[in-house]
Amino acid sequence: MKQAAMTTDGDNVLDIRGLDVAFSTNDGDVRAVRGIDLHVRKGETVAVVGESGSGKSQTMMAAMGLLADNGRATGEVLYRGRNLLTLGPKALNAVRGARITMIFQEPMTSLDPLYTVERQLSEPLVEHGGLTRKQASARALDLLKLVRIPDPADKLRAYPYELSGGQRQRVMIAMALANDPDVLIADEPTTALDVTTQAQILDLIADLQERTGVAVVFITHDLGIVRRIADRVVVMKDGEVVETGSTEALFAAPREAYTRMLLDAEPSGHKDPVSESRPIVVGAQKLGVSFRIQQGFLKAPTVLRAVDDVSLTVREGQTLGIVGESGSGKSTLGRALLQLLPHSGRVQFEGRDISNADKAGMRAIRRQMQLVFQDPFGSLSPRMTVGQIVTEGLLVHEPTLSRRERDLRACAALDEVSLDPSVRNRYPHEFSGGQRQRIAIARTMVLKPRLVVLDEPTSALDRTIQKQIVDLLRDLQREHGLTYLFISHDLAVVRALADTIVVMKAGRVVEAGPAASVFDAPADPYTRELMAAALAPVMSG
Amino acid sequence: MFGYVTRRLLTAIPTLFLIVTGAFFLIRVAPGGPFNLERPLEAKVMENLNRIYHLDKPLWEQYLYYLGNLARGDFGPSFVYRDFSVAELFASGLPVSLQIGAGALVLALIAGTLLGIASALRQNRPADYGIVGLATLGITIPTFVIAPLLSLVFGVWLGWLPAGGWGGGAWSYKVLPIVTLALPQIAVVTRLTRGAMIEAMRSHHIRTARAYGLKPWTVIVVHALRSAILPVVSYAGPAAAALLTGSVVVETIFGIPGVGRYFVQAALNRDYTLVMGTVIVIAIFIIVFNLMVDLLYAVIDPRVRLG
Repeated sequence: MKQAAMTTDGDNVLDIRGLDVAFSTNDGDVRAVRGIDLHVRKGETVAVVGESGSGKSQTMMAAMGLLADNGRATGEVLYRGRNLLTLGPKALNAVRGARITMIFQEPMTSLDPLYTVERQLSEPLVEHGGLTRKQASARALDLLKLVRIPDPADKLRAYPYELSGGQRQRVMIAMALANDPDVLIADEPTTALDVTTQAQILDLIADLQERTGVAVVFITHDLGIVRRIADRVVVMKDGEVVETGSTEALFAAPREAYTRMLLDAEPSGHKDPVSESRPIVVGAQKLGVSFRIQQGFLKAPTVLRAVDDVSLTVREGQTLGIVGESGSGKSTLGRALLQLLPHSGRVQFEGRDISNADKAGMRAIRRQMQLVFQDPFGSLSPRMTVGQIVTEGLLVHEPTLSRRERDLRACAALDEVSLDPSVRNRYPHEFSGGQRQRIAIARTMVLKPRLVVLDEPTSALDRTIQKQIVDLLRDLQREHGLTYLFISHDLAVVRALADTIVVMKAGRVVEAGPAASVFDAPADPYTRELMAAALAPVMSG
Repeated sequence: MFGYVTRRLLTAIPTLFLIVTGAFFLIRVAPGGPFNLERPLEAKVMENLNRIYHLDKPLWEQYLYYLGNLARGDFGPSFVYRDFSVAELFASGLPVSLQIGAGALVLALIAGTLLGIASALRQNRPADYGIVGLATLGITIPTFVIAPLLSLVFGVWLGWLPAGGWGGGAWSYKVLPIVTLALPQIAVVTRLTRGAMIEAMRSHHIRTARAYGLKPWTVIVVHALRSAILPVVSYAGPAAAALLTGSVVVETIFGIPGVGRYFVQAALNRDYTLVMGTVIVIAIFIIVFNLMVDLLYAVIDPRVRLG
């Protein structure tokens, strides 16, 4: 009997049948996953794709027994013929962390901050591999070498806070591979990382898969990644599988409209060039920002040059894309231009020198220069209504407006960002990430600015939502002749929006020029590396 | 580490000096004096007493005299307990208060942490509601209600334990005072632990620990509790200082010869030297326990750097 079962299902290491996941909430049960079937064969890479809320993560959380307290899973998740959903805690713990392992989206917080890397890597080895602490430490060092962490012996003794995001994700991968698992579930493992780091981590996973033969379930919303690494793709929407097939077939001829929409979600198009005769809105010469870092009571502070000798000019209606990895100084540059940080060098706004202008001097022109932040969840006050948030700037800049007039302005601004004006009496928590970013944009538009600094406004959003925000920003720019400083590490978005680009590395501009020439013929090796990391999956397909 | 401790203890000296100075002049501002009794003493007697205790000198001279004695480790004689020096009163009372306080502290930390964990792991279920309800009750019911109640039930009705007294320090006499003193602390520690544990259990690194099939003990105690215990540690410092220096209510109701009573009695009697002694003892306890909390914090959380 067993033999017969082996011949039909023998190739499947993980077989999900009719899985249903529901969460009981105050508004009744919410079904996150609706009876899906999904299987993973030995050694293959399956990408599970969908927007946030499609149930792709919850499917895997249910399989691993990691649902939140109010979640329930029914159906079957078969690992080598055993249903993980009905296993007792002991039997389940013998599978997870040993036979099926997982890496997560948040490399910064997925490791325990209070224990060394060595201790955390050893735990599953001692627990499942039956090693002694000493053997486990030796194996942990081998694992760190396997995932190619620099200075593995030092990193072994380090605490997570001493490692970068990419290094922490490498530690997680090392932990995942510690017990030679059959399945590795990777839940958006590169979303929180820079493009170059992202490419390195993807290469590492692909390489390790080849060497160890582990099957990989890759959960992502980024189709560029899928094309690069997956054998097979499962597309999920609203808790159901809408389409599945080999990566090649699916990319060549997507059957479902939803899949086509996902594929189409790469930001596209280019910006119409702006005439050289338009007036200059922002100019900067030899701009520098340094931070003093006090390291000890008696030691002299070290000076960190976050922005070093940067000059730029942006004309009316233009978009300047500022590109670089985290820590390259691109956000600091944006803040210095807005006079939110003391700086050296000179900055002009509409022909006026505003270098290190004081608060009072800036107030008159503040409304002309606005800022949109990366985090749509943290940047809106949870205790104010959308209407209050959108019109708060008017209280400062047009204090004579009556309540009624302010309300009308709020409606107009919300209308402009394609939100129903009736939402102005609701609170931010009722909105999705994309809608919140629209609210944040409405908040700046209500002041009718000349210059908007957009600091990674699309990085926290799904691809499809990103595309909508990019379109919105382009429309607003055309209509109002806005000037944008667009700060991003996402080159696809920058390419769709920017006229000119500066590429920053360690506070310095390594390359600058028109978008087309920087993208098509990057001169600097660092720019080439960035391009290769970000665009390779799209180009190769 | 050693340098840090030395530095902290050295900065404690000016702190103590300020506390001593402040307390010295504050208690003198209060009207009356140690020898103003209901039936006034004869003028001659009063004069003699004032001369013996140097109360006839100008205030600044008394202050310098007190500081000089203090520097030699002499807390002076008690003005009211005539035959005892302040040091003698503390030598006999402090060990008693320390025993009761330490017992209550240990009981509160153990019981509070366990209840807090149990409650957090059953969040929003009947057991959780029960524990939280009891904890709220524990905080709201004052000690002067619990103490006589416990004494009545276990001492008088059931007769299991002595209803009061010290009995030369026999353990049976310590149970009720320790429990009384611990109850409100158990409630506070339970609530602190519960809140911190709930947050810790939701954190990403706990999800990692569970995803890697670690034993429940490892997940809950080794990973979650270690970060959840931090708020408890910061609470335990000042709480320990307060518990170990004795409780007026508990010592009075159970008739225990600790130092807790001195604080109130000395202040009411204008027993200047005893008030100063109590202030100094409590200040030292607070300084030492805050230092211990900071050291413990750095031991638990490697991200905390002392300096």
